[in-house]
Amino acid sequence: MEKARRKRRRIPSDEIITLENVTKSYTTGSPALDGVSLHIKKGEFVFIVGDSGSGKSTLIKLLLRELTATEGEITVMGYNLNHIRHRKIPKFRRNLGIVFQDFRLLPDRNVYENVAFAQHIIQKPGSEIRRNVPKILATVGLAGKYKNKITQLSGGEQQRVALARALVNKPSILLADEPTGNLDPNTSWEIMKLLEKINENGTTIVMVTHNREIVNAMQKRVITMKKGVIVDDAEKGVYIDDEDY
Amino acid sequence: MMRIISTFFYTIGQGFRNLTRNRWYTLASIATIAACLFLLGTFYSIIVNFSNIVKTAEEGVSVTVFFKEGTTEEQILAFQAEIQNRTEVSKVEYVSAEAAWESFKTDYLGEYADGFTENPLQDSANLQIYMTDVSLQPSLVTYLESHQTLVREVRRSEITASTLSGMNKLIALISVGIILILLCVSVFLISNTVTIGISVRKSEITIAKYIGATDYFVRAPFVIEGILIGIIGSIIPLIVIYFLYSKVVTYITTHYSILSNLLTFLPVQHIYESLVPISVLIGVGIGFFGSAFTVRRHLGV
Repeated sequence: MEKARRKRRRIPSDEIITLENVTKSYTTGSPALDGVSLHIKKGEFVFIVGDSGSGKSTLIKLLLRELTATEGEITVMGYNLNHIRHRKIPKFRRNLGIVFQDFRLLPDRNVYENVAFAQHIIQKPGSEIRRNVPKILATVGLAGKYKNKITQLSGGEQQRVALARALVNKPSILLADEPTGNLDPNTSWEIMKLLEKINENGTTIVMVTHNREIVNAMQKRVITMKKGVIVDDAEKGVYIDDEDY
Repeated sequence: MMRIISTFFYTIGQGFRNLTRNRWYTLASIATIAACLFLLGTFYSIIVNFSNIVKTAEEGVSVTVFFKEGTTEEQILAFQAEIQNRTEVSKVEYVSAEAAWESFKTDYLGEYADGFTENPLQDSANLQIYMTDVSLQPSLVTYLESHQTLVREVRRSEITASTLSGMNKLIALISVGIILILLCVSVFLISNTVTIGISVRKSEITIAKYIGATDYFVRAPFVIEGILIGIIGSIIPLIVIYFLYSKVVTYITTHYSILSNLLTFLPVQHIYESLVPISVLIGVGIGFFGSAFTVRRHLGV
């Protein structure tokens, strides 16, 4: 019985993120993630919702291999994150795009340089960078502002730069950690439309959010977490209040 | 190949640009290294000159041996050969009575010497002994005085000898002490400035690691920046000391002309033959290890 449970499930070829019984414990307190299993297919758009302390941030950090699981297996794009070598981590991360609530742009560089930074990191030749960066800036609607300083941009524009930076390396998965958390409703919708367009082009999107309106309107898969456990996983789901659980 | 070349130049470019991105950090680091190397260069110049003066003075010190009446030149020359074999002796010169008188005449008498028909310094044939190590002078004197059948008198410069050997030790002690203190101060100051620089750029390192930067990519621009700071920080004091040195030497030799016979200053080029590589190596070393070590601590993203 025990042996059968331990036997590894074969990961289907269209599955891009797989978590099997993943637990993440810190030295003190109850575990941040407690036996979570999760399967995300290529090209999906998944919302992860839940109150603070529900384990959302830990989940993102595990997917980025910033943290390692205490128990269970995590496989992302064929990389087993439990056993990946330190040297291989950069190569793995090059397939991920990431955007944060606080944008995390380099304030001492202009729009173009911030996006080109990502291309330099993956060692693209200069000629390709000069071709790719303007293209992606046009996609996010910032073609005319490539010379602007980051500090001269609005919040929405800064998040667009962050998106361009995440997308310029053509990632298979985009991890978005509350990307609309610092934006007003109109700007938030503009960002969501962009994300939807990116998703339609084939990029898998995992987005952590608190924004009820967006979740309810988008009609995508919603995973609800509470105290380190997945309490609901629904196709075309809605935002579920904490009191309901 | 194109990728490697492209990344190499980007890394070097970033290293140069980092210098201007955090101007105050850069200036503070350059100033710290420059100050340390200025002090080091100053003390180095003083120490090198001082030990040169001491060495010149040491070479001038000699023990003079006078002989009893009736000692033949053959006996003196045999004794000279015997002394020459001793390890503390670098050179022994025989001065005959005639040579001593000639030298006395030219030094002190000039034209008045014509009145003398005989050599008044007949018994003044002597041996002048130069030493390799001044501190061994007492034992040589004891040895010389033990030859009572030959030796009438041993003249030595007791004060100069002991002062010089004492000074030599003092200079060595002071220089080691100063260099140690300077090293501690510079390590402390540089680790502080580098830590500030890293905290300023911690977010940049984190983002680069999230995007998939290799350790090399993150480290290299900081290390290049550190090396550039080290080079600039070592060149500034070298230029300053170069011009200051000749000014100070001119000042001392004109204002303290009494000393100018005693003090022989080395040319600045001679000092710079060793000071330039020492300063640049220390500057580059501090810059390299300071930045490499601190960046390494922040790579665990």
